[in-house]
Amino acid sequence: MSNTQDQEPQLYQTRIPIYPRSVKGRFRNIKWAILLTAYAVYFLLPWIPWERPNAPSQAVLFDIVGRKFYLFDLVVHPQDIFWLAGFLMIAAFMLFFVTGVAGRVFCGYFCFQTLWTDVFIFIERLVQGERPARIRLAKQPMNAEKAIKLGLTHLLWLLVAFATGLTFVLYWGEAPKLVVEFFTGQAPFAAYATALFLTATTYVMAGLAREQVCTYMCPYARFQSAMFDKDTLIVSYDEHRGEGTAGRHRLGKGYKTREERAEKGVGDCIDCGYCVQVCPVGIDIRNGLQMQCISCALCIDACDTIMDSLGWERGLIRYTSEKELEEGKPTKILRPKVIGYGMMLLFILGALIYNMSKQAPYDLTVAQVRQPIFVQLSDGRIQNSYEIKLNNKLTLPLVLHFELEGLPGAELDMGPFETLKLAPGQHLRVRALVKYAPKVFDGRTRPYRIRAVPDDPALPVIEHEAVFYVPDHKP
Amino acid sequence: MAEQQHGKAVQTTGHAWDGDLQEYNNPLPTWWLWTFYASCVFAIVYWVLYPTWPLGKGYTTGIKTITFEENGKEVTTNWNTRARLIKEMQTGEESLKQKAYLDKVSQASYQEIVNDPDMTAFVNSMAKGLFGDNCAACHGVGGTPAMIGQYPNLGDDAWLWGGKVENIEQTIRHGRLGYMPAFGTVLDDAQIDALANYVLSFSEDTVDSNKAAAGEKIFKSEAAGCYYCHTTGATGLYSQGSANLTDAVWTVADVPGADGLDAKLEAVKGVIRNGVKREMPSWSGRLSDTEIKLLTVYVHGLGGGQ
Repeated sequence: MSNTQDQEPQLYQTRIPIYPRSVKGRFRNIKWAILLTAYAVYFLLPWIPWERPNAPSQAVLFDIVGRKFYLFDLVVHPQDIFWLAGFLMIAAFMLFFVTGVAGRVFCGYFCFQTLWTDVFIFIERLVQGERPARIRLAKQPMNAEKAIKLGLTHLLWLLVAFATGLTFVLYWGEAPKLVVEFFTGQAPFAAYATALFLTATTYVMAGLAREQVCTYMCPYARFQSAMFDKDTLIVSYDEHRGEGTAGRHRLGKGYKTREERAEKGVGDCIDCGYCVQVCPVGIDIRNGLQMQCISCALCIDACDTIMDSLGWERGLIRYTSEKELEEGKPTKILRPKVIGYGMMLLFILGALIYNMSKQAPYDLTVAQVRQPIFVQLSDGRIQNSYEIKLNNKLTLPLVLHFELEGLPGAELDMGPFETLKLAPGQHLRVRALVKYAPKVFDGRTRPYRIRAVPDDPALPVIEHEAVFYVPDHKP
Repeated sequence: MAEQQHGKAVQTTGHAWDGDLQEYNNPLPTWWLWTFYASCVFAIVYWVLYPTWPLGKGYTTGIKTITFEENGKEVTTNWNTRARLIKEMQTGEESLKQKAYLDKVSQASYQEIVNDPDMTAFVNSMAKGLFGDNCAACHGVGGTPAMIGQYPNLGDDAWLWGGKVENIEQTIRHGRLGYMPAFGTVLDDAQIDALANYVLSFSEDTVDSNKAAAGEKIFKSEAAGCYYCHTTGATGLYSQGSANLTDAVWTVADVPGADGLDAKLEAVKGVIRNGVKREMPSWSGRLSDTEIKLLTVYVHGLGGGQ
């Protein structure tokens, strides 16, 4: 029994703890800058006021109850849902484009998993110290020091996680009011549930699961190889330079200078292990391109630090491409694939911007009443009736009047509603009667248009197609 | 199957029948088993809370109750979906919204409702259901019956009893008796033929003008007395519910459905011979004041209220 169990492949791998060492350098600085910007945007956006007439004065507000999304001067209505498709396509093609050019830059610099993990590791280092101290702490038996340090780390993690969850909730309500309601127990259940859920996921993903999310959970990590080719930028170790002909060797007697090392056939890698210690996903970049690598470039910073201190040239680990490494040819950035992704990206972006700029300030739909489809009027004319649906998307009142076009001699009767005033955001349904004396009774429909003309000449006239049904004989 | 997929040897139950007959032991997956146990616990909790087991004519009611209002009194009963629906209709968020609208409409005047697009839209939505339940059986779903003859068309602009909201409300509230005497025994065939030609002359060019002129004399004579109700101009009187014979709308004689002049004349003659007896029942006992108000506005807006 025990024998057979040993042969069983393990479907679950226990996490091997990683204690990334901190590093300073160009890429770390870029990463901190991106992180600070992203955090500033995420945490401050719900608090930015934005004056709008007759609407909430919050720059970014996703108002589910009112069915409107406010994004600065843009108000998104449920009818604009297809913008979401455009937005998602842009996100996807941007990812493909960037991946095609520069590999997994999204993973390494912009993904919230990376951003939050970075902050959690920073907290860990702040409380428990640098990598060796953290390893020591993890190995030592539980005592007061360990309990306090671990407890404090987890407490701070939970605080960051909670701030993250709470901030997310603030996007869906009026932030200053909601935050008071939240802490006085008056907020809606959904607010508490969402905040709690996101606190939990942030804590688990950034604190406990970390690189496992990228390796096992993220689908992008698995399919990004489809966008890679020999010209894609990757973080790579220059094996020719690092290993020479006799492999890498530590600095030591007879291995101090490059000349000494070259004589012995040893490469520039001094096998200090710094690149491995800083890696947040726990791989050794010198083993080549690996699926776990998120292209965070911290190993470049680490290696550059060492090279600088030795006075050797940088770039033993660097951004390069397979083509450059293996064939020695320069990386070609403008490739058909990249150009294709780029064109698609520009096309969708253009279409979306065009469509957004053409957003109708109000909606008009006309539906024919089909029961009865027509009636005979006492003066001999035929009457068709229609239901006109209007939706004022503006944050201002809208005054409209209606006209017929393309049905000569027809009369539009809307009772008192021929001139209609809609409050900001108001939806209305009104009945319209159209009276017409056809010259021939042929049982056919006459296509025409119903026009809504706003009082404000700055607003567009909107037309809707309609048909007038004429019976097949004079009633 | 001696082996499972993962290459783990399957154990037997440890019992041998007939010397060598053994049974493999493939226990259920743990997660499945625990889900099953959890379902059992859920079921027992459910039995305690909600109606579950049939007992002869009754059932176990469960300890959960529901309280709603019935005829002004609070009623508490064991939880059941019917009571829940009643409670929902009394206190549900959407019901309260509807109630607020209804209160507003019931207090507003006709003038206010008709001039307010929001209230009109609400009335049209709600009255459509009322109309379907109470009126559509005769008047048709959209207010237009399938055939001309039995029931007036509410979608056009011709009104027998007046098309103002007051008239329509009165019609719904108290009902109407539409009556025209049968002239088949009073007038002879030639007179009826002449009258029919006169009535049709308002809408058809091809009628015999001599007959029509003769018909006009009979129409205005004491012998037939048509003008008592239809007026000398044949335009009808709302107070009598008499039809306007000069307009293009036919409410009793199915002239539009007849093919050719003779058939049209025959349709009109039929009405003159046999008279008309139509009744609209009174709805005051069956519909509330608010419901009558909703229906009045709805009918007024259908095709051409005055």
